[in-house]
Amino acid sequence: MCVERRFFDRIGRSLAALLLLATGVAQATPEIQTWQTPGGARVLFVAAPDLPMVDVRVVFDAGSARDGAQSGLASLTADMLNQGAGDWGADALADRLEAVGAKLEATVDRDMTVVVLRSLTRQPALDTAVETLATVLAAPTFAASDLERIRENQLVTLRQEQESPKTVGQKALYRAIFGVHPYAADPGGTAQTVAALTREDLLAFHARYYSRANAVVAIVGALDRAGAESLAERLTARLPAGERAPTLPEVRDLTAGSLEPITFPSSQTTVLAGQPGMRRGDPDYFPLYVGNHILGGSGLVSLLMNEIREKRGLSYSTFSYFMPLAQPGPFFMGLQTRNDQADQARAVLLETLQRFIETGPSEAELTAARKNLTGGFPLRIASNGDIVQYLAVIGFYGLPLDYLDRFTARVEAVTAGQIRDAFARRVHPERLAIVTVGGQTDPVSMTRDADN
Amino acid sequence: MSRGLIVVCLCLLPLVAAAAPPVQERQLANGLRILVKPDQRAPILTSQIWYRIGSSYEYGGITGISHLLEHMMFQGTERFGPNESSRLVAENGGEENAFTGRDYTAYYQNLANDRLAVAFELESDRMRNLTLGEKEFAKELEVVKEERRMRTDDDPQALTYERFMAAAYDASPYRNPVIGWPSDLEQLTAADLRDWYRLWYAPNNATLVVAGDVDPEQVFALAEKYFGPLKAENLAPPKARAEPPQLGEKRLRVKAPAKEPYLLMGYKTPSVAGADEPWEPYALEILSSILDGGDSARLARELVRGSQIAASVNGAYTAFERLPGLFLFDGVPAKGQTAETLEQAVREQIARVQQEPVSNAELERVRTQVIADKVYQQDSLFYQAMQLGQLETIGLDWRLADTYVEHLAAVTPEQIQAVARKYLIPDRLTVAVLDPQPLDEQQAAKAPTTLGGQANVR
Repeated sequence: MCVERRFFDRIGRSLAALLLLATGVAQATPEIQTWQTPGGARVLFVAAPDLPMVDVRVVFDAGSARDGAQSGLASLTADMLNQGAGDWGADALADRLEAVGAKLEATVDRDMTVVVLRSLTRQPALDTAVETLATVLAAPTFAASDLERIRENQLVTLRQEQESPKTVGQKALYRAIFGVHPYAADPGGTAQTVAALTREDLLAFHARYYSRANAVVAIVGALDRAGAESLAERLTARLPAGERAPTLPEVRDLTAGSLEPITFPSSQTTVLAGQPGMRRGDPDYFPLYVGNHILGGSGLVSLLMNEIREKRGLSYSTFSYFMPLAQPGPFFMGLQTRNDQADQARAVLLETLQRFIETGPSEAELTAARKNLTGGFPLRIASNGDIVQYLAVIGFYGLPLDYLDRFTARVEAVTAGQIRDAFARRVHPERLAIVTVGGQTDPVSMTRDADN
Repeated sequence: MSRGLIVVCLCLLPLVAAAAPPVQERQLANGLRILVKPDQRAPILTSQIWYRIGSSYEYGGITGISHLLEHMMFQGTERFGPNESSRLVAENGGEENAFTGRDYTAYYQNLANDRLAVAFELESDRMRNLTLGEKEFAKELEVVKEERRMRTDDDPQALTYERFMAAAYDASPYRNPVIGWPSDLEQLTAADLRDWYRLWYAPNNATLVVAGDVDPEQVFALAEKYFGPLKAENLAPPKARAEPPQLGEKRLRVKAPAKEPYLLMGYKTPSVAGADEPWEPYALEILSSILDGGDSARLARELVRGSQIAASVNGAYTAFERLPGLFLFDGVPAKGQTAETLEQAVREQIARVQQEPVSNAELERVRTQVIADKVYQQDSLFYQAMQLGQLETIGLDWRLADTYVEHLAAVTPEQIQAVARKYLIPDRLTVAVLDPQPLDEQQAAKAPTTLGGQANVR
């Protein structure tokens, strides 16, 4: 409800949330309980008795990688969940939830559909929220009139995304990195594919993927084990038993570098570079994770930030990250700079990567990264909102339950040699896909410099 | 990435848990105010220092100076070199950043609860001993110009918002963007920043807030050790320029490369500080929730789902600002609609709240949400500290964080109707429309060039 929310910087924060899948010290990790509901849904639960609230994430193996040729299908399906379910229309659903102070939302990324509920644990708030969510998951109506409205608004969103050089660049880079793999397509779809989706498509997608076998339920809140068991059972009992979604296809390495310049009427050029990176549970996860932390994952103190911002003032933001997915997700680097500096900034970005691959981190850099990752661990599991996200990831990707407990030790064990070795094997600067968006004199900008 | 500017956005704000330990308060001899909010849920803390300085203190010719100075606060003191404080915090497992708004500039470190001294040592040092070197200044100025290009110049909605604010206010410093006007950024010098720094970065112009698993007495002792020796400054706030009464509706169009139109409407409204009646800002807060407190509120129900005029539409009001602000609406028209039809639909919703009292069911829903949000906010240590710091810094009592819910709960349907009739009127209104200019004729991507070998990486 804040008109001004778009003025928050999203880049650093949102990436951090994705990347820092916990760093661990043994003593403070939450105690994870896990079981299967009688119907077969997997549950992960952490009791958090201090606040009278509960956070729930229901995760389905139903990301946009399941869209096939119908790009945008998973997203549109998720967007329709709260537009009508059971006997309730969109107004009634919103009334039911908000009258008890509950919040519900659904999001889709390449691997998963996530339905998130936050509610008070007092009654009747909790029962109302749980009953509503259970109905939304199992019996969405997908009414034709609502579908047309949601579709048209998604088309508006897609057109608005064309206004953003960053979004234009990201979509192009995913296509360049993943080619024919389903990860290439944007979860939001394209105007063409979204326009073609039908109610039957959504019903079929829902029937196939919204099932107990395909679900993970993560719960953090002021419940005891019996309360959590009951909650998970009530949420999933009405879902079909179903079956797990099949394994996604392998991601192929790029065979050559590429450069796609996209002309855009902006004062800056956004420079993005990437290639297939690593998957969740990858054997090289820790060397790549700690190495990237040093290269471009530690915000203001990373090598990229030092070279591009601190030394040269070329960009406000610059970063690199691995986004581990079920199959290898992208390794991404980026910055944005005044059009006439784009070539220089791109050269520094790539040289910094090249040098890091050749020489690896210094012992001092590695020590600093270890201290940051291990010392900062308590911050990352401090809130219920944090913990429930970790539970969902651990459950969805089948990471070991002691993942958080062992995280610190595994970060501590990473050596400079392992980082150098992993980067040399896994990151190939000569085969990067590069996208630039910008390059045209901006008719609006007033911030041209004297030497521009 | 980080170290950004944040425009105030605490909508359904404050509240401290009734059951939580109370906030402890202390003031040092040099004027530094300290608030400590114990919270034992996790072995962490947030340390935040809030300065009473922001873009609304700036005058013509130097806009953006507070935000640029915030950037320079990471560029070194006599003891610590440029960016060294960031490295130290990182090595201690911490997160740090800063943000500048219209009414404040704030710096924070999030740390394990045994590392508070790290934060205090760095913050107390840079409160009075900043180097502000010419070389670092020249570089950081370029970073801020890039930040402005990214945030504003290349974002058509942000650009519309900037020009809208400049049109809505005739004289109030809220007309200036936090990041500064481009020509002012061109002429700022390191000497200007040194003057600004000396004026405002002093213990008697700051509030230190610590929240987390800490012992208040130990926090006070540590604060005395690090901040106690700092000298107070003679504060001489610039002569404020008040906004004169608006004399009729204002309208503007902003032409920028874009694909979709965008509507912004703002009605001049009082904040907590300047209201005719103390209940008015709270009635305006409740009104904003009646209109846009979720999917069940009127804007989503009537304009997105009902008439389907809006693809998206929002309403927002903030009671806690230093100067009178705006009750804002923004939105994107749905297919086949225009910014003009969307504006008309918003005005009809305003007329409705003016003509008929809101229902008890709606009011009860908003009250329940306020109470639930109060609980949810306690999951964020950072947010709790931020509420305290912000209230103090805009000249209000931090205890408002406790009493806020009661003020909101006491609002009546008649009061909501009264503020709608008094403030949401055409003579207080400014309307801006983003008029999209073509961007796609040149956007058609060329076929990617495939490059072999090493050449393309240099």
